[in-house]
This record gives sequence, C-alpha cells and structure tokens, in this order.
Amino acid sequence: MADTAMLRKPSDVTDDVLLNLYTEMVRLRVFDRRCVRLQRAGRIGTYPPLEGQEACQVASTLALRRQDFVVPTYRDYGAMMVHGVPMEHILMYWNGRAEGCEIPDDVNVFPIAVPIATQLPHAAGLAWAAKLRGIDQVALGFFGDGASSEGDFHEALNFAGVFQIPVIFFCENNQYAISVPFRRQTATQTIAEKAAAYGVRGVRVNGQDALEVYRAVRSAVEQAAAGGGPTLIEALTYRYGAHTTSDDPSKYRDPSEADAWRERDPIVQLRQSLVSWGLWDDEAETELLERLESEVTAAVARMEALGPPNPDHLFDCVYAELSPHLERQRRALRAELKDWEGTDQ
Amino acid sequence: MTERTLIQAVNSALQDALAGDERVLLLGEDIGVNGGVFRATEGLLEMFGEHRVVDTPLSEAGILGTAVGLAANGLIPIAEIQFMGFIYPGFEQLVAHVARLRTRSRGRYSAPMVVRVPYGGRIRAPELHSDSTETYFIHTPGLTVVTPSNPYDAKGLLLAAAASPDPVIFLEPMHIYRAFRQEVPDDPYTVPLGQAAVVKPGKDVTVISWGSMVRDVAKIAEAMEGSGGPSVELVDLRTLSPIDEDTVFASVRRTGRAVIVHEAVQSLGLGAELAARISEFCILDLEAPVTRVAAWDVPPPLFRLEDWHVPTEARIRAGIERVMTF
Ligand SMILES: Cc1ncc(C[n+]2csc(CCOP(=O)(O)OP(=O)(O)O)c2C)c(N)n1
Repeated sequence: MADTAMLRKPSDVTDDVLLNLYTEMVRLRVFDRRCVRLQRAGRIGTYPPLEGQEACQVASTLALRRQDFVVPTYRDYGAMMVHGVPMEHILMYWNGRAEGCEIPDDVNVFPIAVPIATQLPHAAGLAWAAKLRGIDQVALGFFGDGASSEGDFHEALNFAGVFQIPVIFFCENNQYAISVPFRRQTATQTIAEKAAAYGVRGVRVNGQDALEVYRAVRSAVEQAAAGGGPTLIEALTYRYGAHTTSDDPSKYRDPSEADAWRERDPIVQLRQSLVSWGLWDDEAETELLERLESEVTAAVARMEALGPPNPDHLFDCVYAELSPHLERQRRALRAELKDWEGTDQ
Repeated sequence: MTERTLIQAVNSALQDALAGDERVLLLGEDIGVNGGVFRATEGLLEMFGEHRVVDTPLSEAGILGTAVGLAANGLIPIAEIQFMGFIYPGFEQLVAHVARLRTRSRGRYSAPMVVRVPYGGRIRAPELHSDSTETYFIHTPGLTVVTPSNPYDAKGLLLAAAASPDPVIFLEPMHIYRAFRQEVPDDPYTVPLGQAAVVKPGKDVTVISWGSMVRDVAKIAEAMEGSGGPSVELVDLRTLSPIDEDTVFASVRRTGRAVIVHEAVQSLGLGAELAARISEFCILDLEAPVTRVAAWDVPPPLFRLEDWHVPTEARIRAGIERVMTF
C-alpha cells in the first residue's frame, strides 16, 4: 500500500505550495537524469545522482523562508537550486568549473561541503549568529546517514542544544553511505533518537512523502524562529542510482531493493494525489516536462558556452588581497600560458 | 611474476600481508563488500573474512583512534583513508597519538600501523579529492611517510611498511593507479623504507621527485636529452620522511645542480626541506641555486584548472633550464 493514499486534500497547505512541491521535484528529476547522461557522454565530471531523494530536498527547502540558510552536501545541489542557485552553476560545478562555485548575493546557500558532516557545525554557527544578532533566520544543514558517524555531527548537535540555536539538522537517511549499510553506521535503530542525548528535538519522517517532510520542516522552522531551539529531522529515503557515477551499486545491494522503494516514489505519489484533488492532469504534465527539458537544455548550453577556463581563477579568491608572492606566481602562470600554444591569453 | 598496475600491486601486497601475519587487519570505509572505491581491497573480504577486512563506520578519527589501541594491543592495522582530503577528521589522532605513542610512553607502547592514503590530482575528481598535503605528515616527527611511483615499489614498500615497528603513512598516487603495468612478483618481498632510487642516471643536473611526478619528469628528461639538452639524473625519493640524504647528496655532488619537482604547493612543500639540506651540506658542490617546481600556493582548484596548478611540462623544463643556465 502506498504511504500516502491521501484521499482528502490537506487544509494546512495551499494549492500553490502543493503544485510547487510537485513541479520542483520533477524539475530535480529531469535535471538529475540529464546530468547522468551528460556524465556518460563526458560532458561533465563525476556526478552524485539524487534520484529518489527529491521529496527530502524539495519539501525541506520549500518549507524554509527566503532569508533562511541552506547548508548542503554534494548531493544537495537539488535543494540549492530550489533555494535559488542557478541551474547552470550546478552544472558548471560538476563540470569542474570555478564559476560553478558562484552563489548569488541574495541567495542564502552555503558552498557544497564535500568532507562528510563538516557542514553541520557551520549550519549551527550560521544560525547562532542570527540568534546573537537578533535576526529572524534559521539554518538547515543537510547530511546523510553515514555522516552521523563523524564527530562533527555530534559536536554540532551538542552546540545546538547547549546554546539553543535556531538550526535544523536534516538527515536524508538513504540507507547507504556508498556501500556501507545503515546498520554498520550505528547500533541504534534510528538517527532521530540520537538527538535526545544532546537535548535536541528529534523526529523521524517518511522521506518519500513530500507533505510529511514539508510539515516537519515547517514546524521546526516555526519553533526555531520562536526561540524554541534546534530540531533533528531524520527522513527515510533511498537513492535509486549509484553513489556517484564512479560507483557500481550492484556490488553491494540487490536491485530489488531499489525497485521496492520506487513503488513508493515521492513524485508518483504526489502526482496521484494532485490528480485526485483536481490539481493536475496529463496536459499539465506534458507541458511541465517540455518546459523543464528546455530549461535544462538552456542551462547546459550556458555551461558549454563558457569558453576556456580562466587560470586567474586559481588566484583571485584565495585572500581578500593577493600577496606579492602570489602576484608573482600569477604573473609566472600568465607568462607560461602566453607561450603555450592554444590559449588566447 | 605478474604484470600488475599499481593498484593491483597494492592489492597483492595487502593479500600477502594478511596471509603472512594473522595480526594484520584492514580497516576502512567501503573496503569490504565494495572492495574499496579504487578496488585496492577487492576480493580480500571473501578471502579473509569480516574480522580481518573491516568496513568501519564513516569516521576517520574512529579508524585512526581505534587503530592506536589495536596496534598497542598486539594487532597490526592497515587503515585505508578514502582520499587524502578526508584524512583531516583523523588528524588529531595522527599527530597527537599515532606519531607520539612511543615517545609518550617512553617506549612502553608503540603504534605500528600503515595508513594508506590515495593522494594527488589529475584524475578529474570532484573538489577535495586531489590534495597533496604530504607536508603535514612529514612535519610530524614519529611518522614515516612513503610513496611509490610504480607497481613494483608499491608492493615492496607496502610490505615493508606493514613490517615496520613504527607507523607509516603510505601515500598512493591515484593518477598512476592504472596508468601502466609492470612485472610484480607474486611472492612477498620488500623494498626498504628510507631508500631513494636513482631511476635514471645523468651527469648535469639532479631532479628529485616522487609519486606520480616521477613519470612526468622521466619523460621530459628523456625528451630534453634526446634533443641535445642536459643529462638529467632522476632520483625517486620513495620515502619522504626520513629523507635518504646519502642518495640525494651523492647525486647532487656529482651533478652540481638540483631541481625538486612536486605536486604539493610550493611553500613548505618537501622541496623546501630538501633545498635547505642540500644547501647546508652540498653548498661547495653547487653550480646553481637549488630550484623548486611545485604547485602554486593556492588551494587545489576544481578539476578544469588542475593541470595548470600542478607542475606543467613547460614549468619542469624551465626549472631544469634555469639551473643549467645560471
Ligand atoms: C570526511 C570524509 N570521509 C570520507 C569521504 C568519502 N565519502 C564521500 S560520500 C561518502 C558516503 C557518505 O554517506 P552519507 O553521509 O550517508 O551520504 P550519502 O552519500 O548517502 O548522501 C564517503 C565515505 C568524505 N567525502 N569525507
């Protein structure tokens, strides 16, 4: 049986939000599938697919306010886009382009954290600053189940509890850390229960159910904003595909597992509900897919129109001001490239 | 003898280490069921079981911290850190404990272990997957730091590391994991720690390098010589700490010129220490100042710029020409 045979239309979520949840999830899936193809064709580098985790990333981020911070891992570029990072930047990032690291000034998204769990203390710090400065702002830090084994996870939770920081720690428990299954990360049954040890609220939700995720985060934001402190949310989900395009999941899990999760697919489930509430139909679906395919195509075109990488990017943001020593190194590189056939430096 | 890539040579060494000494156990993320993200431990779980090939929780401090206790209490851990850029959560354990346990217990305890670390760039990997920060470990007294430049040395050095009474950081240059094959004995053998190798004799200038750069330098040296350039003696350092001064100094005394090529950033890269020691001990033999060719002093970039960050062919040639024309 489906998790969310929601026969009655919810009264606590507007139609706009319902439709937004759906279209953003589809947007991420269209984007994700294209990226896997681009990687196979050598048009971008190694890429960590998110398919299956759309409800986690979309519903959590849509429950935030514009001023709130999104603090992502490498797999949360979906949430980054939902919060306002341009799609082509994400493409450029996975294509090894420095330009992909640019984040628009009015978008409160932190850079992708690659080392596991290291972003969680940052989320706590960002939200702590808001509290100390009296700003109405929360931070939401994403992490995976594997991250709960790192010290940074525990230290971030502890700070959040001690200082009653308006932060949300959002775990996308997709059951695996590369090949290592959840049961090898912890002897507890859940991640959520770890919160109690730090005096932090812990909740567990169905990460395939966009509405359940949305409600959990919305209530955590309300509590945080009202001075009620931190929340840890564990969302149960699954990555259908490989850990990254360099990974071969058939080495460590049975494909039937993914099939079972696909039966509870967050997009399919929400679409069924929307259709039953009269908010969606085939025509809308066709129109949406066309629009999204061309949005992605246009973003890919912008990535590919960038031209050759700019070697000055090695130097230009290392310090606020370049030291004379680095100035000299930059000059040397420029001179080298001038001699180097094939550049127009 | 079997033709093996460097990663296959590592796998062969690990197999021999496990088979040869029941105290040896492997620890790491994704090393068991998955056989390692680079397949270094492929097949070993099936051969030796889950008590000797252990998929750990995702925790470098946990891996290296428990390795201290395991080592001090009679086992020989060989830990895999997935990429050099991810060793830092375990840095405290390495610097404060792994390196100092012998000193701090006046010899009562020691922490014989091997920490295998894939390192270096040029595999078009994502951010933080291309670090070459060997200096942190070289700068930590108590650690031995080793890196092979070919499959034969990889197996022999790794087995020597596993037999060492002291902890060894074993850096594996990812760029040449599968770049070429070499005859590698099937039986166990060791390549001694602390010994550099003159991989190509020459008369005019000594180039000292290690890891994946050795191959680049060898090609450049041959090309230069082939076109009437200087005769280059190439020294593969192999053990980065402690430095094999005898081999380095003897070569520099013969050629009178030294260039150090490394993938790590220039400032306080091992080139700095080598240059200092050569200046201290070989000053009267030098025809030119010691030169370093290294990565620029900036963080490793996203991969589209990485070839311009690490020493390029042009920069290596220019370094050699600089000392020749001084
Ligand atoms: C400190 C650190 N150690 C190891 C890695 C290598 N690594 C990258 S992703 C990953 C698994 C992460 O699993 P999880 O936290 O569950 O997140 P998921 O990838 O499933 O989203 C590992 C071990 C890393 N990036 N950082």
